[in-house]
Amino acid sequence: MSKQHSPTGAGEVQVGILYGHGINADRELGTAFQAAGGSVQRISVKHAVENPDVLDRIDILGFPGGFSFGDHLGSGLVLAQWIRTSLRPAIERLIDRGGLVLGICNGFQVLVKMGLLPNLDGDWNPSVSLVHNDSGRFIDTWVPVEWSSSSRSPWLQQLPAMMLPIRHGEGRFTAASEEVLQQVSDDCVALRYRENPNGSVDNIAGITDRTGRVLGLMPHPEAFIRMTQHPQWQRLQRAGADAGIFPTGLELFRNGIKAIHR
Amino acid sequence: MRIEVQYRQEDPRAERVRQGIAASVGVQLPQLHIADVYLLEAASLPQDQVLAQVFTDPVAQELRIGGFPADGSLILEVGLKPGVTDTTGITAAQSLQLHGAVDPVVQTAVQYRIPADSVSGDQLAAVVAYLHNPLIQNARVAATDGDAAKLPQTIEPVPAADVPPVERVQLEGLDEQQLLALSRQRLLALSVPEMQAIQEHFADAAVKQDRVTAGIGAEATDVELEMLAQTWSEHCKHKIFAADVQYHDTVTGESSTIHGLFKSCIAAVTRRIADRHAAEGRDFLRSVFTDNAGVIAFNDDYDVCIKAETHNSPSALDPYGGAITGIVGVNRDILGTGMGARPILNTNVLCFGYPDTPDERVPQGLMHPNRVMHGVHHGIVDGGNQSGIPVVGGAFLFDNSYLGKPLVFCGTGGIMPRTLHGKPGWQKEILPGDFAVMVGGRIGKDGIHGATFSSEELSESSPTSAVQIGDPIIQKRMTEFLLDARDRGLYRSLTDNGAGGLSSSFGEMAEGVGGIYLNLDNCPLKYPGLAAWEIFVSESQERMSLAVQPENWEALANLAREYDVEVSHVGEFRNSGLIEIEHQGAQVCRLPLEFVHDGVPRMQIPAEWIPPRDVQDHQVLDRLTAAADLAHLQTATLTLLQDPVIASKEHLIRQYDHEVQGGSVVKPFTGPGMDGVSDGGVVQPLHESTQGISMTHGVCPRYSDIDTYAMAQCAVDEAYRAHIALGGDPDRAGALDNFCWPDPVLSDSTPDGPYKMAQLVRSCRGLYDICDAYNLPLVSGKDSMKNDARLAGRKVSVRPTLLVTLMGIVPDVTRCRNTDFQSDGDEIYLVGTTAAELGGSRLEAAYQEDRLALPGDAGQWRDLREQQNILYEYDAIQLGDCPRVDTGRAHERYLWVAEQLSCGLIATIHDLSDGGLAAALAEGCIGGRIGARIDLPGSQHPVIELFSESASRFVVTVPPEHRQEFAKAAAGRSDVLQLGTVTEEPLLRINSRLGELLFGLEQLQQAFFAMRSQDHE
Repeated sequence: MSKQHSPTGAGEVQVGILYGHGINADRELGTAFQAAGGSVQRISVKHAVENPDVLDRIDILGFPGGFSFGDHLGSGLVLAQWIRTSLRPAIERLIDRGGLVLGICNGFQVLVKMGLLPNLDGDWNPSVSLVHNDSGRFIDTWVPVEWSSSSRSPWLQQLPAMMLPIRHGEGRFTAASEEVLQQVSDDCVALRYRENPNGSVDNIAGITDRTGRVLGLMPHPEAFIRMTQHPQWQRLQRAGADAGIFPTGLELFRNGIKAIHR
Repeated sequence: MRIEVQYRQEDPRAERVRQGIAASVGVQLPQLHIADVYLLEAASLPQDQVLAQVFTDPVAQELRIGGFPADGSLILEVGLKPGVTDTTGITAAQSLQLHGAVDPVVQTAVQYRIPADSVSGDQLAAVVAYLHNPLIQNARVAATDGDAAKLPQTIEPVPAADVPPVERVQLEGLDEQQLLALSRQRLLALSVPEMQAIQEHFADAAVKQDRVTAGIGAEATDVELEMLAQTWSEHCKHKIFAADVQYHDTVTGESSTIHGLFKSCIAAVTRRIADRHAAEGRDFLRSVFTDNAGVIAFNDDYDVCIKAETHNSPSALDPYGGAITGIVGVNRDILGTGMGARPILNTNVLCFGYPDTPDERVPQGLMHPNRVMHGVHHGIVDGGNQSGIPVVGGAFLFDNSYLGKPLVFCGTGGIMPRTLHGKPGWQKEILPGDFAVMVGGRIGKDGIHGATFSSEELSESSPTSAVQIGDPIIQKRMTEFLLDARDRGLYRSLTDNGAGGLSSSFGEMAEGVGGIYLNLDNCPLKYPGLAAWEIFVSESQERMSLAVQPENWEALANLAREYDVEVSHVGEFRNSGLIEIEHQGAQVCRLPLEFVHDGVPRMQIPAEWIPPRDVQDHQVLDRLTAAADLAHLQTATLTLLQDPVIASKEHLIRQYDHEVQGGSVVKPFTGPGMDGVSDGGVVQPLHESTQGISMTHGVCPRYSDIDTYAMAQCAVDEAYRAHIALGGDPDRAGALDNFCWPDPVLSDSTPDGPYKMAQLVRSCRGLYDICDAYNLPLVSGKDSMKNDARLAGRKVSVRPTLLVTLMGIVPDVTRCRNTDFQSDGDEIYLVGTTAAELGGSRLEAAYQEDRLALPGDAGQWRDLREQQNILYEYDAIQLGDCPRVDTGRAHERYLWVAEQLSCGLIATIHDLSDGGLAAALAEGCIGGRIGARIDLPGSQHPVIELFSESASRFVVTVPPEHRQEFAKAAAGRSDVLQLGTVTEEPLLRINSRLGELLFGLEQLQQAFFAMRSQDHE
């Protein structure tokens, strides 16, 4: 990758975070990228859709969690169509020049529904989905997750197993067919739940595309960038954990920033 | 065109609905299937293939144009009534436009298919009633497949209606009866003196002449009467808190006139504290009582604000919609505070009848409390989660007195820059000539008369039009737009549109600048046919009112387009001293501001305090302590753990997003199982600073049966001690008072008004005294004074309820401590003193409500109960006095505890509240998945030691390595008592003077999580 990937020339990695129309975890996602060393700009969905070339000035595109368009018609579905209709070429340019895409929770649902994940055929045809939790209920809790150690994805290098928060009503991962599931399992799984909270097939909590440059996940690493966000931080502290070096979800964002610098 | 969409595989929503029907209406459906229905019309529609893309997730769902084929099922279809905002339909239309549809209109419905012949006619009626709310929805039943064709194939239009002309009302010559009849007939909720004040205004010669000259005519218009009714409603004007109260205390002999409880108690104590701050050179209170929320200092760059409101009456009629609207409504209060604050946390305290109330005890005409609870809960889940604001605190509270009206308290905290464009962020001003601008949703007939309706008791004839349904997504869009406009300096002032709609928001804004002119023709409507007064008072949701500098109007309108938000220039602010309104070319309102805001006659309310109980009467308690043996203490402890008030509500609260925005430090749940209870919530709003905000509350309505003075003090004490337990700064907190009272005004239907008013007086005095002692200013508040329901001739009134919500500063969140016992060998201490204060306790409630059998001779107890002079029919066995706060000693103790927490000597801390020491110890063990060995001091009977709810107490644990230092700090303190130690062995052993109580951890868990297994929706 050459320097042109950071168009400011200042060497800072440019991260664009979508917001508006019901997205609601945009600020903490921005904070996480900033804490990892990125330079963050917020881009309203409408602005991006009307000015696709704004994506040409960023290195990483973030789809935050929330309830885009109220999840009317299905979680992430409407935003997926807005993006797919207007921004597909711009996103393909971003990935082609070594940029990264991250979708969390509702952002993951958007990436899946517009076909950018797992994008097995390379033509953005949806082949997996995230549907209502098997309990039929929204759930906010913390779950232990394990990252795929074999993945080549720049996002996933050397991430330790950790607890992460989940906050969703529609997080049950499902695939269109056994064949799709097999291909996803072989090439695309990014992380799995250690205890399945929602009925996801094969405990899948997040996937990448085949390049590894696009990552989507239901858990919220951006809500775990300080030890005091962990539900048991006081016990960890008492057991001797050092807040300064305790591994958190921030590692993921650091990986993203590092990958652009490289 | 009709489109149906369904999941290919099992749809968990369907199973949830099926279970809900079984639990709520007792009908066991063998199967239930759900499909989403879209009815659409457009000048030009895209191809079917594109429709599939718009409406389905191709991996999981399938779609049929025209509908799925007949399969022998019985079909129920629930859709919104024409004119009710269908936000999913609006989103779908936008999506269709993206694909080239021209002028699309979409209506949505949900279809339920159940096996034919699986239910009787009566059962079907019950299921249909469960599945829809007739206020806002239509339900259609197609009993057989053949009928499916009768389901609507295309959208149902809003019936066309002509605009009703403005009515002129002749007031001259009407006598008292006629005035009252007029007030009732128009749902004005105004009293005779108030109607007379209006009559006098219009009879005034100068007024008449001005009106004739201006061309509006001498008679009052319906717009004017409605404006006055909204502005003068109890809901908006707080007339009871402003009234002259003739107070008589039969105990002390005091007879006095109180000129406004708000002024003399609530505002007075805050002013006193503010003066103290000024003398100390402290700078903490920014804006109190004057704005939509109270504002306090956070740090050099930011201020924070807090507001809580109730949404009781709408939630009684439509629990789901009422709760959502309650949340988005109070969110708007925060957005409309100062120059606008960003909501960062929600809190809600929900009060219902017991979810396990037998059907026959629910008054006719009322929904079962379990159904009300699940509706409200679902509303909070959707409203809060979709807004992206975490629920960081709250409670579920159960009491039979809430069978009539549930209490739904919604609170929101926000953050704003301390300085904006060179001026304090909390400050707002308006100049003559500024544009009056309405932002957000369009106006419909929804929510007409909400303010006046909630100022009356609930009855069979309560108006259905009073219900509005908020939409968090539309509001979220508006919020982002307004905060952006704020940062760009594009407006001069703003406020929210809540109760009373435009009449209230612009009416208030006009007060500061000195007048306003509005043209109702410029207000965007959802559909034609609204009368002028309806436009003016409608409470249609997601709207804010702005004052915009004329030179900024264009920039504001452009920015709004970027956010897909509608803004309308509907008038201008003036210094005319008048509220002038034009509609269809004619003036329809010309009211002097002074009359609107100050013309309401002050109420005169009698109040007489006669203590309802002899609190010195310990007969019952004495018999209880004589008869209670070890087995009874054991049973009592487990009974209290499964008392719905104390038992875990984790399964409900976990459905709230309590962590969005990423600031959560003390979460609702704690411990290795993440299911121990917390005393409140702490959030860290800024990544770069470890300073936090605590969110706590206190509410103890049962003590109102004994003395509301003590009730109010205990509520404040509970909120404040939780703030202390969370590591809060004792001197940096602000509280809100939310009063929910039964009607305290003497009348034919309220013969005990003077007693209820005296209860209000005493609670306000209690509030004054404790806030003064704790240095805790009241920064905002609200009151709801008509929490009575009259159905089938029976009146159900709430116990006088004061909710105290507290927002405070936590200097360093890394010093926060949780409630769950952590480690083998940690020492357990009781901090505080315990007295025989079981009156109003959960133990007393358990006996009264027959959750727990009294030990000894039950027959005698019954006789005793009948001899009691009882106030409420459910108020029976009485265990003496309720807790009384020793404010001086408590405050000193709090300062000491705060000091130990900041030194890091304490491992865990839990405040004692409902269920007393027994509940707190059990919760410590359950949360920590660990045991404890306790030795009760034995100086009192174990019933008192375990279950008394004496105020201002904590259980703390201290790690062995800090034992000496802690002992040194506690030396000489009679209120710090070592109780025992935490043990690895999963047993709670409590050694009492009657012997050893022994609970297995699993036994405690089973009791504490009992509601989880009983719960069905």
